[in-house]
Amino acid sequence: MPRQRSSATTAECALEKGLRRRWRLGERAIEGGIFLASLLAIVVLLGIVALLLRQGLPIFSYTPPWAFLFGTRWYPVSEPPTFGIAPFFVATLWVTAVATAVAVPVGVACAAYLSEVARPAIRETAKPIIELLAGFPSVVMGFIGLLLLSPLIQSMFNLNTGLCGLAAGIMLSLMSLPIIVTVSEDAMRAIPDDFRQAAYALGATKWEVVRHVSIPAALSGISAAMMLGIGRAIGETMTVLMIAGGALAMPVSPTAPMMPMTAAIASGIGNAVRGGLQYQALFAIGLLLFLMTLAVNLVADAVLERQKRKFQR
Amino acid sequence: MYDRFMMRKWLTLAIAALFITAIVLAGCPGDPNGDGNGDTLSFSITGSNTVQPLSVVWAEAFMDQRSEVSIAVSGPGSGVGIAALIDGTTEVAQSSRLIRQSEIDQAQARGVNPYEITVAQDALAVVVHPSNPVTELTIAQLSAIYSGQITNWQELGGEDLPIVVLSRDTNSGTHVFFKETVVQMRGLATEETSLEYGPNVLFLPSTSAGIEETAGNTRAIFYPGLAYVTADVQALAIKRTADDPAVLPSVETAQDGTYPVVRPLLYYTNGAPAGVIKDFIDYCLSPAGQARVVDVGYVPVQ
Repeated sequence: MPRQRSSATTAECALEKGLRRRWRLGERAIEGGIFLASLLAIVVLLGIVALLLRQGLPIFSYTPPWAFLFGTRWYPVSEPPTFGIAPFFVATLWVTAVATAVAVPVGVACAAYLSEVARPAIRETAKPIIELLAGFPSVVMGFIGLLLLSPLIQSMFNLNTGLCGLAAGIMLSLMSLPIIVTVSEDAMRAIPDDFRQAAYALGATKWEVVRHVSIPAALSGISAAMMLGIGRAIGETMTVLMIAGGALAMPVSPTAPMMPMTAAIASGIGNAVRGGLQYQALFAIGLLLFLMTLAVNLVADAVLERQKRKFQR
Repeated sequence: MYDRFMMRKWLTLAIAALFITAIVLAGCPGDPNGDGNGDTLSFSITGSNTVQPLSVVWAEAFMDQRSEVSIAVSGPGSGVGIAALIDGTTEVAQSSRLIRQSEIDQAQARGVNPYEITVAQDALAVVVHPSNPVTELTIAQLSAIYSGQITNWQELGGEDLPIVVLSRDTNSGTHVFFKETVVQMRGLATEETSLEYGPNVLFLPSTSAGIEETAGNTRAIFYPGLAYVTADVQALAIKRTADDPAVLPSVETAQDGTYPVVRPLLYYTNGAPAGVIKDFIDYCLSPAGQARVVDVGYVPVQ
């Protein structure tokens, strides 16, 4: 079909230019929106850090940092008040250690079963049920711990009280289990099937494939899952406030009643007058919590990085 | 093209700056808003979770009489209520302990003048597990238990079991009142203001958590308000000193002054109450209002 080429080209060209310009405008608007969203996250983070520093640092002019970190006496409403958070710090370590020790082996084993062994029908039913566990509000987990777990632990270990770090840690492990299972399972399923086929071709049993192929290959994902689980356990407040016992003594074993850092903040912040010494001390605890989760994330990053390099060889 | 890109960049930065400013401002202490009095027809009562059930009953009855009034009651703890009054975020603070001098100073620095009204009284019961053979204790013995000097029930005539000492956390006015009146033995010859809760005391976030634990633990001891005592726990008779008679907590023994652990339940307002808040407090102190006090399980003022 004959056409008047030149004029058509010019018209098309103009049309295309207009379209492209409009297209570019729209694209840039979207780009800007996305940029703004990511900027917002950073600004909020910086704002929180600034707030923690501003409200928390002044305490160190009353209690020197070493006395604050290693002091074992916390009497914020006495005259004169003393602020030593070592028992809270150790309590957080105990509770997190118990939660990790329970949740990681169970979670990884569960993920390995779901991704490597279970028939699809079982997997499709079991996974949503496990994920449902994450939907329980922490206060409900606290109640369950208070009414069921803590009497059980008391009679099992013949303790004075079942309100202790062990009970809190076990409840926390239930709360971080869904995260660990879901993320580890996704990591294992993402491994190319060639890996497994190659191992089976060499005569490996199912257990050998899981043990020597799937878990090592998914280790970066599994360690990310672990870190997410630990982060959840460090930051959880309501459950530990309800069942960790809340004693101020330095916890010498996980079966002692203890007050983790989050519980210390929650049980004190309501009473603290804004800008008062106790208020500042509680913000300083918050700052320390933030630094701890930051450290966990940095370690997770380092592990992931090493894992990646290992696989490149 | 380049200009437009730059403009967008600047706009982004400006919005970012706005966010930062907003966040920094949010961190600054706000001005006390509202003087709490005058003709506001809605006001809030916040503070002690001991006074909470009483305030709720009064607020509902008062709102039935005066449909144009709305009262919001919340009970996170006495300290929270007083802090809220100082920050100007509530009109009435409910408290189960006296305001501290340091809090009065902070309030006055912000132009708030706490005005105290005793609206009812509360007896603190000391409870143990029903199977515990111990039935009475002196204030000095309670002080020794809570400061960690006595750690076994055997020393008090009970079984050879360690004592699990339960307390409310520092958010609670009950925590402070019990420390001053019982642990430090205020008003007795043995008063000792350097005494503190011992390191093995368990600090619990609510009174019901303490009742729950005491009901299920034969070694536990706890101090709930009289209204919280249930059939699952056993209240102890308390002696002021070893020579005084042992008295069980009840409305009557609290009102005639023979039971030693009784505290005032207080409202604090900014300056003397006026307008609808005055009407409300007048209702609380009226015979009709005080009749409600007994229903809730507390002790009337007169």
